Amino acid sequence: MSLLELENVTLRFGGLTAVSEVSFSVEEGEVFALVGPNGAGKSTIFNLISRIYTPAEGDIRFDGKSILDRKPHDIARLGIARTFQNIELFDQATVMQNLLVGRHRHRHSRMWSELLFTPFVRSEERRHREAIEKVIDFLDLQAYRDKYIAGLPYGVRKVVEMGRALAIEPRLLLLDEPASGLSVEETQDVAFWVEDIKKQMGVTVLMVEHDMHLVASVSDRVLALADGKMLAMGTPHEVQNHPKVVEAYIGVADEHEKVLA
Amino acid sequence: MRTVFKTSYDADINLFRHKQQFGWYLALLLIAVALPLLLSTFALGEATNVLIWAIACMGLMILVGQSGQASLGHAAFLAIGCYANVLMQQRLGLPFLVTFPLAGLIAGIAGALIALPMTKLHGIYLAIGTIAITILVEDFIVLAAPLTNGVIGLIPPPITIFGLTIDRYSTPNTLYYLTLGITLLVVLAYRNLQRSPLGRSFAAIRDSEISAQAMGVNVARTKAVAFGISTGITGLAGALMGHYAGIFNNETFNLIISIQLLLAIVIGGLGSIHGAFFGAAIVALLPQTIAFARDILGSLVGGGSIAIPGMEAAIFGLILILFILFEPMGIYGRWVKIRTYFELFPFYRRDMFRRQKAYLKTERMR
Amino acid sequence: MGVLQLIVSGLANGCVYGLIAMGFVLIYKATEAVNFAQGDFMMLGAFICLGLTNPQFMGLPFWVSVPIAIAIMGAFGYALDLVVLRRMFGQSQIAIVILTIALGFVLRFAAGVIWGHEPVSLVTPMAGKNVHFGGLVLGASEVAVIVVTVVLTGLLYLYFNRTKLGVAMQASSQNQLAAYYMGIPVKRIHSLIWALSGMTAAVAGILFASKGSIDPSIGLLGIKAFAAAVIGGFGSLPGALLGGIIVGLIEPFSGRYMPSGYSQIMPYLLLFLILIFRPHGILAQVHAKKV
Repeated sequence: MSLLELENVTLRFGGLTAVSEVSFSVEEGEVFALVGPNGAGKSTIFNLISRIYTPAEGDIRFDGKSILDRKPHDIARLGIARTFQNIELFDQATVMQNLLVGRHRHRHSRMWSELLFTPFVRSEERRHREAIEKVIDFLDLQAYRDKYIAGLPYGVRKVVEMGRALAIEPRLLLLDEPASGLSVEETQDVAFWVEDIKKQMGVTVLMVEHDMHLVASVSDRVLALADGKMLAMGTPHEVQNHPKVVEAYIGVADEHEKVLA
Repeated sequence: MRTVFKTSYDADINLFRHKQQFGWYLALLLIAVALPLLLSTFALGEATNVLIWAIACMGLMILVGQSGQASLGHAAFLAIGCYANVLMQQRLGLPFLVTFPLAGLIAGIAGALIALPMTKLHGIYLAIGTIAITILVEDFIVLAAPLTNGVIGLIPPPITIFGLTIDRYSTPNTLYYLTLGITLLVVLAYRNLQRSPLGRSFAAIRDSEISAQAMGVNVARTKAVAFGISTGITGLAGALMGHYAGIFNNETFNLIISIQLLLAIVIGGLGSIHGAFFGAAIVALLPQTIAFARDILGSLVGGGSIAIPGMEAAIFGLILILFILFEPMGIYGRWVKIRTYFELFPFYRRDMFRRQKAYLKTERMR
Repeated sequence: MGVLQLIVSGLANGCVYGLIAMGFVLIYKATEAVNFAQGDFMMLGAFICLGLTNPQFMGLPFWVSVPIAIAIMGAFGYALDLVVLRRMFGQSQIAIVILTIALGFVLRFAAGVIWGHEPVSLVTPMAGKNVHFGGLVLGASEVAVIVVTVVLTGLLYLYFNRTKLGVAMQASSQNQLAAYYMGIPVKRIHSLIWALSGMTAAVAGILFASKGSIDPSIGLLGIKAFAAAVIGGFGSLPGALLGGIIVGLIEPFSGRYMPSGYSQIMPYLLLFLILIFRPHGILAQVHAKKV
């Protein structure tokens, strides 16, 4: 049984069909990438999984059970974490506080005991902080621990965004363009981290990405989309050379060009 | 800006960052406790008033500063707390020790219930909704006259705790200590909130609702909880205000008071407990200060004291305008800057606290 | 009072609310700021006209003082933006709301100092006259209010949707940075919109003053106008007028047909219901953001 299954998912915004009959499944422990030109519907699929949108047709199953009856804030508790393409961090808080919000899924204390700050709450706080220290170590964020997000450079914010998702201790991690806007070295770091997330943490990764080098180096399987429809699915190599994918990205030579070539 | 060498998680969790900070606040507490010995009865009454306003301001601060929801309707909850407290004492004969926390609870539940339908509203729409609430509650008090005595108002009985009668005029010291104790409890609850997961979830929904949701925060419920805690604390302040004022009616807690609360916490410094206290001091002491200044001016100029209606509000408004233009971080913000200047002397850089300039992006696409 | 009389006077009041509400919406559409002092702008406009017209002050002819008052309020709005609001550029919405609330306090006080706190009446050529319309007798002042409002709304609507400046104003409210990139002088546009709003408020004030007596506290009508703007739809000029008319009509009718004390709360009750069920008003103008 796959960890995540999308079956015939369709979503329309008024007259525009953003996602059309998309079906794929992600196995536990693999790194699965969604690629395609802009407007292909990749982030929309993430938003469908996060339950921000509800599909008009089709089903989405996590661990065999449909999640279409869940609210958006239930998704984290199931073990699905995500990052956002445009970085939705909490600007007025520090890195630590951002990561600690990621621990919300593991919160066992209730409102009244927190207002009184009972010893139970204190021991829970220690537990939470220990857990995020592991994330900080993994992503090398020690230097930024107490800095406010508002003053941090873009590359660091992207890393914090990933860290916050990892703090949830998810089974499935949705990365929305983790390398966009990053330099070559930073992108290489992302590649190493994705490898470690997969191998050391055993977390399944579903990734939207434009950087084909990154996709080719870390992904097990790739799904190419365009205009909301599936084009090709397979290993990175298979997908990159698939004629339909080439056509979507580069185009088809027309009669005029064939004569010149 | 002192650097603290931390060796345990508790260093982050504890209330005070280091022993010196604890020392400062301890000294402040001692001065507060010794105040009745230092001030005249009149000044002590003013101090009690400042503390009551501080509780109200802290209530609003939790909502605006922590969870980022604006409310121009908190006077309604002052009213709910005040009326609930006195009515339970008068009609049900319950003692103050029972009615006081109950009044806060009622105000809190009312706030949470009212907030539930409004959780989808943002920014200005929420503020408008809260204005509607104040006006509706104000009118409701008049409409429910058989219960609330309408425009005539109510006179609260003196506070009785275990046989000890506490009243503003006969036992001002005891009233002051009672208020001080309650204020300290509220401060403690606020600090606990700030360092707990609940407080962090408030900050989360303030900064990015959509990612807070992705982290598992139930946005609607958290907003309602924030409202509830905020209005509960404000309700407690309202109950105290009723006893302090000696008489109240539907006019006592009107829209202007709501606005004054909001202006106060902005002047004081948004987002901090200190801000609540500074703002409360300004609101509570302004009338007296103006009267004082008028008398001095009057004696200088030779004429009698000029009484112009609306002058207090205008001066309050002017103070706020000056602060928003020149010191948006409020009194506490200025205090932090001055303190940092001295701590870092001579390395203080002029634009250390400058926020990044943000270009306005429409809130109509959310 | 007959039902028709109720309707006309309700409409006339509603038009005043609608004009104030349009002032709100003008500023909101262009700068996404909410001017809580709009009601006090109206009050100021009314008093300036009164100060120019009434015999105990300057005694100018009515038709001379009206354009002067409108021009003064326009300049006032422009100057306010230039001196005060430009410093707030980029700050959050709530900060501007709070600033304008405080400004309202100051304006109310200033008006009281200059013109006193006693109710005064504006001397107008329409006072006390009646209009005969197909067998009905209606107050000339009230008819004038309705006519002027409708004309002004139409003009403003055309301005925003058809002229280059109007479209530029909309652009700068939706995305300031992009507007800059397109060469739109955003700051100057903001000042112009505040001037426009001040002028609209002046018209509202003059119309209101022509119907009855005024005193510095009439600015508090702004709150009702605010409710009207929300009911009608905060991003829409015709919506603001619609909301104003609704509120204006609800008042006298609920006063007649409902138990006393309930008529005052009806507008706010309606506001609350709208906020819950259709927060963006009857003529809504909000789109969903793509994340």
